[in-house]
Amino acid sequence: MVLADVTLVVPTSVDEALAEFGDGKGVTVVAGGTVVMADLAAGRLRPKKALLLSRAGLDGITRKGGKVTIGAMTPVAALEDGDEPLATAARHLGDVEIRAQATVGGNICSEASAEAPRGDLQAALIVLGATVRSGGKGGERTEPLEDFLAKGAGRLVLDVSYDDAPRQTGYAAAWRPHAHHYTILAVAAARQNGDLRVAATGLGPHAVRLTSVEEGGDAAVEARDDALASAWYRQHLLPRLVGRALADLEEA
Amino acid sequence: MKLTVNGIGHEVESHGLQSLLYVLREELGITSPKAGCVQGGCGACTVLVDGEPRRSCLTPLAALNGAAITTLEGLGTPESLSVVQAAFHEQYGSQCGFCTPGMIVATTALLERTKKPTRHDIEQALAGHYCRCTGYVKIVASVEAAAGGAKK
Repeated sequence: MVLADVTLVVPTSVDEALAEFGDGKGVTVVAGGTVVMADLAAGRLRPKKALLLSRAGLDGITRKGGKVTIGAMTPVAALEDGDEPLATAARHLGDVEIRAQATVGGNICSEASAEAPRGDLQAALIVLGATVRSGGKGGERTEPLEDFLAKGAGRLVLDVSYDDAPRQTGYAAAWRPHAHHYTILAVAAARQNGDLRVAATGLGPHAVRLTSVEEGGDAAVEARDDALASAWYRQHLLPRLVGRALADLEEA
Repeated sequence: MKLTVNGIGHEVESHGLQSLLYVLREELGITSPKAGCVQGGCGACTVLVDGEPRRSCLTPLAALNGAAITTLEGLGTPESLSVVQAAFHEQYGSQCGFCTPGMIVATTALLERTKKPTRHDIEQALAGHYCRCTGYVKIVASVEAAAGGAKK
């Protein structure tokens, strides 16, 4: 790996991180490193400028004003005993070392690769009604996670927030034994004030809301092939995982 | 940048985005962390960063500001094995040996957190560690023996 030409910036504040990120063009953001470092080692990524966020002060979980806010650099391990269905999704991710290193912001920004889906937490955050606060071109912006994901990369995620409210939740995932597996397919569900939200991780480049399921219908979403599983398998698995996630929710 | 490994301070020159694994092996000549998959998937490169197990292949040097690194070399010596090393030796917990540094480092961290781990605790702690000799039964027995030994 030739790194001599890579400019590495390690900001020590959020403002410095935003200034260095600029409009994001040509900047590779390194959060926990579990995706970027593997891509660097394999030569899949050749950054010009890398922004390492480990000292930017973007980690931590706060609860105030009826909101839960999770900083982008919060490790996945910090979610394991927290709000459902995010906690179950977090416990399901990778292994103990990966969960300690991988971050919430990295998970939101990691699109699926040719080998596997990557955004294991995204469906759980979508059903929690999470909004993403990000910086970049045009300045700071806050939007629902599903809108953020649909627009693609190019933003510096600062934090995600959702209502600190009681809700029934459910989660079901295809379980694949052994290490460092990205989730093949997972369905998360949550009901808050009678409002049902259902989403799936693993069907495409990022998690999607299953609005047809929320309205009482079938899950009508195209799936994709990758090295972990075929589209055919995912299509067959999806309604079963939806059923299990909803049953899990009703039991809660 | 300064890097403390097994209690010894080093001044390292590698690029800040270089992996800790590379720095340990290629710059400092500390070779117990193995370059297995170098994708974070096999666990053979695992070291302790401030006492917590980490994939050194996924950890950029610049993220280690002031951290204390412990590798297998820092846990015991051939004359005086650590409790975990002795248990792996006695229980035949190592076959080809390639995964062993990661297994022992992860086990050491587990027993720091949990003095009497259940079988589930052990499986969780070692879930990210491949043994391609498939010697898992003896590895788990080694961890259980180390936990028993640690009680004495």
